[in-house]
Amino acid sequence: MFSPSHFSAVLLFSLCVSVVFGITQRETSRRMFRYGAYCFTLFVGSAIVLSWVMYFIAR
Amino acid sequence: MASTQNQSAGATKATEGSFVYLPLIAGWLIPGAGHFVLGKWVRGSLLAASIFTMFVLGLAMHGKIYSSGHDILGMLCLVGDLGNGLLYIVSRVMGLGDVFVQTTVADWGRRFIVVAGLLNVIAAVDAHNLRTGRKS
Repeated sequence: MFSPSHFSAVLLFSLCVSVVFGITQRETSRRMFRYGAYCFTLFVGSAIVLSWVMYFIAR
Repeated sequence: MASTQNQSAGATKATEGSFVYLPLIAGWLIPGAGHFVLGKWVRGSLLAASIFTMFVLGLAMHGKIYSSGHDILGMLCLVGDLGNGLLYIVSRVMGLGDVFVQTTVADWGRRFIVVAGLLNVIAAVDAHNLRTGRKS
């Protein structure tokens, strides 16, 4: 059984989804890459921010 | 500008005469196939790799594949799973994802499979938009 850590799962999920979002939501190669990178950053960044928020709420 | 229009017109001519919903159906059945039909090899390969990877990772995490929906959430997950096209059918036939494993990782796996299906639908619609000229 493949058992990644929570953060590894976030990275894998974000990478795959960002590639599809980038290709399908923009028209030129350059804009596809930029939008994919933007989505990836938002996915991972929001996961980190929410994790810290939950960490402080739990205390 | 003119060369871009010429390329676009050339691509449209190349697919003219074929069944207009072919990229949509092919893209749904096989991830990336809709773009392959239209000659968009790089885009199709990246889409296929992403969707296939998500689906396989979901199965490797012991994610469940829905066969029926008993509640509204189950039905929505089933719809998402069906978006995987042939991957869903082959997995069902092979008995993959049948066992419900109640672990956190298996729950992530279930979500990976559902999201892979939804992404495949988005990719198939994108191929259809390319075919009809709504997108270049």
